[in-house]
Amino acid sequence: MAEEKLQRLEVVTPQERVYSQDIRFVVLPGTEGELGILPEHAPLVSALKTGLVRMQHEGNTLKIAISGGFAEVRNSKVTVLANAAEREDQIDVKRAQAAKERAEQRLATRSPDIDIDRAEAALRRALNRLKATGY
Amino acid sequence: MASLRDLKRRIKSISSTQKITKAMKAVAAAKMRRAQDSVLAARPFARRVRDVLGRVGSASVGMKHPLLAVREPQKVAYIIVTADRGLCGGFNANVLKLGVQETKKHPNADLITIGRKGRDFYRRRQYNIAQQYIGTEKADLGLTNEVARFVIDKYSVEEYDEVYLIYSQFVNVIVQRPVVQKILPVEPPEGEADEKKVDYIFEPDAETIMDSILPMYIQNALFQAILETNAGFYSAQMTAMDNATKNASDMIDRLTLSMNLARQAAITTEISEIVGGAAALE
Repeated sequence: MAEEKLQRLEVVTPQERVYSQDIRFVVLPGTEGELGILPEHAPLVSALKTGLVRMQHEGNTLKIAISGGFAEVRNSKVTVLANAAEREDQIDVKRAQAAKERAEQRLATRSPDIDIDRAEAALRRALNRLKATGY
Repeated sequence: MASLRDLKRRIKSISSTQKITKAMKAVAAAKMRRAQDSVLAARPFARRVRDVLGRVGSASVGMKHPLLAVREPQKVAYIIVTADRGLCGGFNANVLKLGVQETKKHPNADLITIGRKGRDFYRRRQYNIAQQYIGTEKADLGLTNEVARFVIDKYSVEEYDEVYLIYSQFVNVIVQRPVVQKILPVEPPEGEADEKKVDYIFEPDAETIMDSILPMYIQNALFQAILETNAGFYSAQMTAMDNATKNASDMIDRLTLSMNLARQAAITTEISEIVGGAAALE
């Protein structure tokens, strides 16, 4: 079998580089729907929403929960610039659970002094993190 | 010559000061290492955002975006980042000095101070401080988010025509360089010359991408500035405290020497008095 073509995937946040590997296939959570990227994809820039980046690396699938940002694809290089990113094996399920409950509670009370948009965004992020761990 | 007792007292007071400076140096060194690590960890992101913005910018020339709009600068804002605390040599003073110099170009400029030292300095001199933030030691995205949103809003409603960022760049432990950076209007960095223009597919479209990348760029510039300030602050403090400790050692050495001289002189006087007294009795 010919050498399998690979592409470099980097996931970077303002604090650190979360992931950097040569991989075969990656799925990105684009704002307009999921984007599957194979090596030698045409140059692309896409906005990303809160969701999961899934990639296949040596037969394994790894998920990274990201919240917002964008991705650039160029010369078989995929760069994901996210506001926050957590690998599935680094997510603190308890914390995510607590964040989810907090957000739900805040939405349930609907008191005027809370920011509904912010609470909803927090809930989305918490659910996203829980989804990554397969909870 | 000062009396023996005075000298002793001064030596004691200096050596207790030295203990403090030594301890502060150790603390600053430990914190510096951490601050340095986070600056270095944050740089890849900053570079990537800049790269992508440069390429996307050159791929979509002629695009009108509110944050790219160049206007005649009538009202200008300066964001000045300093540390919260002092005892760090000229670190804060250098940034403040550059701030004073820069703001002379636009006498009615608004200031946004991040860090206690900057706030105190400009408040005393009665500059217009539009916003002030302290607590920069733990750089968090919430703070930068807030500042970024503030200037972006003001810029979008044309209240500010230009926004500059003044902070101290962390070059290495010895060198911190105060710099001015224009953050609004955003000037997309030039792509490398040999890089040919990339024909991107935009998903969903170039405007939406710019809508998310430009604020991210501004916020990241602020975040980076705070991290650089932190790393620089601890480096400067460590250096300053190291010097203070050394100076204290020198002073103690000098004082010990003159104390010994004074003691010797006292003994000599005493002996010659005894000898003189004995001679008088004969």
